[in-house]
Amino acid sequence: MFTLIPLIIAFPLLGLLINVAAGKKIGDPWAGIIASLAAGAAFVIAVLQLVGLATTGFEPQVVKLADWIVIGQLSVPWAFQIDTLSVTMMLLVTGVGALIHVYAIGYMKGDERFHRFFVYMNLFIVSMLVLVSGDNYLMLFVGWEGVGLCSYLLIGFWFDRGEGGVGNARAGRKAFVVNRVGDFGFVLAMFLIFWAAKSLTFTDVFKFFEEHGATMAPLATAITLFMMLGAAGKSAQIPLFIWLPDAMAGPTPVSALIHAATMVTAGIYMIVRSNVIFHFAPASQMTVALIGASTAFVAGSIAMGQFDIKRVLAYSTISQLGFMIAAAGMGAYVAAMFHLLTHAFFKALLFLSSGSVIHGMEHGRHALAAEGHGGGGHGDHAAASHSGAGAHTDAPTFDAQDMRNMGNLRKHMPTTFWVYVIGSLALAGIVPFAGFWSKDEILTSAWTMGTWNGWVVFGLLLVAAFFTAFYMGRQIFMVFFGSERTEPAKHAHESPKVMLYPLIALAVLSFVGGALNLPRIVPGGEVLGRWIEHTVEVHPIDFNGGVALISTVVALFATGLSYLVYGRRPMTTMADPLEKSLGGLFTFLNGKWYIDELYQAVILRPFEDISRFAAYALDWDLWHDMVHDTIIGGGFRRLAGFTAGFVDKGIVDRFFNGLAGFVREAASNLRRLQTGYVRNYALAVLVGVLAILSLFFFLK
Amino acid sequence: MIPTSYYILLSAILFVIGATGVLIRRNAIVIFMSVELMLNSANLAFVAFARQFQPVGAVSQAALSGQIFVFFIMTVAAAEVAVGLALIVAIFKTKHSIDVDDVHQLKG
Repeated sequence: MFTLIPLIIAFPLLGLLINVAAGKKIGDPWAGIIASLAAGAAFVIAVLQLVGLATTGFEPQVVKLADWIVIGQLSVPWAFQIDTLSVTMMLLVTGVGALIHVYAIGYMKGDERFHRFFVYMNLFIVSMLVLVSGDNYLMLFVGWEGVGLCSYLLIGFWFDRGEGGVGNARAGRKAFVVNRVGDFGFVLAMFLIFWAAKSLTFTDVFKFFEEHGATMAPLATAITLFMMLGAAGKSAQIPLFIWLPDAMAGPTPVSALIHAATMVTAGIYMIVRSNVIFHFAPASQMTVALIGASTAFVAGSIAMGQFDIKRVLAYSTISQLGFMIAAAGMGAYVAAMFHLLTHAFFKALLFLSSGSVIHGMEHGRHALAAEGHGGGGHGDHAAASHSGAGAHTDAPTFDAQDMRNMGNLRKHMPTTFWVYVIGSLALAGIVPFAGFWSKDEILTSAWTMGTWNGWVVFGLLLVAAFFTAFYMGRQIFMVFFGSERTEPAKHAHESPKVMLYPLIALAVLSFVGGALNLPRIVPGGEVLGRWIEHTVEVHPIDFNGGVALISTVVALFATGLSYLVYGRRPMTTMADPLEKSLGGLFTFLNGKWYIDELYQAVILRPFEDISRFAAYALDWDLWHDMVHDTIIGGGFRRLAGFTAGFVDKGIVDRFFNGLAGFVREAASNLRRLQTGYVRNYALAVLVGVLAILSLFFFLK
Repeated sequence: MIPTSYYILLSAILFVIGATGVLIRRNAIVIFMSVELMLNSANLAFVAFARQFQPVGAVSQAALSGQIFVFFIMTVAAAEVAVGLALIVAIFKTKHSIDVDDVHQLKG
């Protein structure tokens, strides 16, 4: 059973390869069907692993495929870790992934890069499975980078759209760069782990920390803080959450799969997986919990001030990830995983439903354009043909994702409306939907900590829960109730069945998902807790009626408040009623706490200034002009000029030329002795003889 | 007996006449004759000294070396004349002249 585990990666890999090779030819919708089948097959394998674990007493298994890196002490295999934690993640990734693949067949219909989308999606499934199934930190890291790459590719999938034609590409780049900051933390954590434990394999590392952890708290703290930096990047926490809202530029199935259900939970998975190390670093745990709770609070507040239907969900996702991170920080790993699962269900549901809404609005716009109506919205075609008249300037700026353009879609898209309501109730934490149970467990964990930071976390999370219920109510009332505020909204219609079935499946999961881990007082409850227990040390949490009551009251109160603001007197204009009552605060929330601007001013602008200084002043002026050109180049030129002119020409050349000239001069003079007349030679001989003879004569 | 110095003086006069002939004449034949004159002046000097220094009553090879040297010189002179005349014939065939001043191509 466990030897089948490589297939879980092989199936999506196969689908990916088929679509790479032949995707363009088989086209729409077959490329999507193949990709969905690949994801479905992986889900079947995951289920088989679940069965395998259940029948072998939940013993963690390691299936080694091959050696990968063996250098000195470092030995990293390609091996799969099969335990209750990784199988949970596999089920989630492949199960929700397969549903979203099916949905995407409908959503991406007619897209010019249809097959490429599914190539990326399958690649994402492959990477994510590597991430959750690896038995060492390096494999986790490979998957971690793989999903980062897929995230980048899919955010920028419509790279030719967005602000100025490059907005989407820029959003992808932002996500990639911000994630690099987090990855840097993860890599450092890995280095430290290897330095201390001489291994990257989970079992070795955890055994090492169980034996020596108590004596190396500072090291454990450093490792876990670096890990938290990695998790903050991947799971969009303070201070690195700014990429996730921009990531909504990608197609909606991507937002659902990658930026809500699976990839962004990788950080939580990593923390839960590394619980042994965190156990020895209480300071890190506290930091993690506080960061998570603050993120939940900040992102939840921003979500209330957004108009883009997907952006609201994006900030909601950040906020909910904050809940999970906070839970993981408090050591409530079951609660974190529980919320991770239920959140995957209802946030995927909400994203896909919002996609359905956008899809409906786009179709309304196109239908309108085809009919040739005037009014609020036009298709691109109509806008182009009327642009000369100048009377429809609003047409190109029509935003199918702006909730202010919607209204009364309940009438036009009934199925979408109902599943959206289910998802919202689950997210808002209304009994008995899935979100209530998981959120309640996190709140109870904070409540029972009994320390000051426990209370801070509890307070922040409770306010965040209030925000959650409020912005979901706001969204429901703005989108589905009241009257249609634009023409396309009047012409919106329900999405095709291939999109609706996954929605219904997810709606059912969002409704019953809470049953995964009902409180222990319910007979047969705490299924997930007992399941995770085999891998992670679990501290059971007792159901606390008081906390449940408080959270329910808060959620109901917030929903009621949103009804008072948005539901009782439906919006008719583009102005948000909240803007009137909150004024500047609303602008602050709508401006996302101006964190992007803050980073722009505090990090990016100085960075650019430094870069400019380094490039122009240091590199160009100083290094190139001054050092290279003037000092080195000029000095060399002058030295070369000296040796060439003075030394070579002046001394060496003059000496040898003079020598040659002397020889030539002498030769041309001596030449004349050679007259050719015999008599001259004879005379010379005679004179010579006489000279020698006289020499003898006088020397004697 | 005529003193040896007379012979030597005659030999010197002959040598100077020969050398002068070699230096100032242009006809190759005459130059040859002058060269012969110089050689024979040397011969004369040899036999004169040989006679003066010949020990009385001692007949040996060493005693006759002056006379014998003269025979060698005559032999060499004959060979030289043979080669020289052959050269002169060859020059005359190409130049149609035996004037040595016409043969000065080897000047520098």
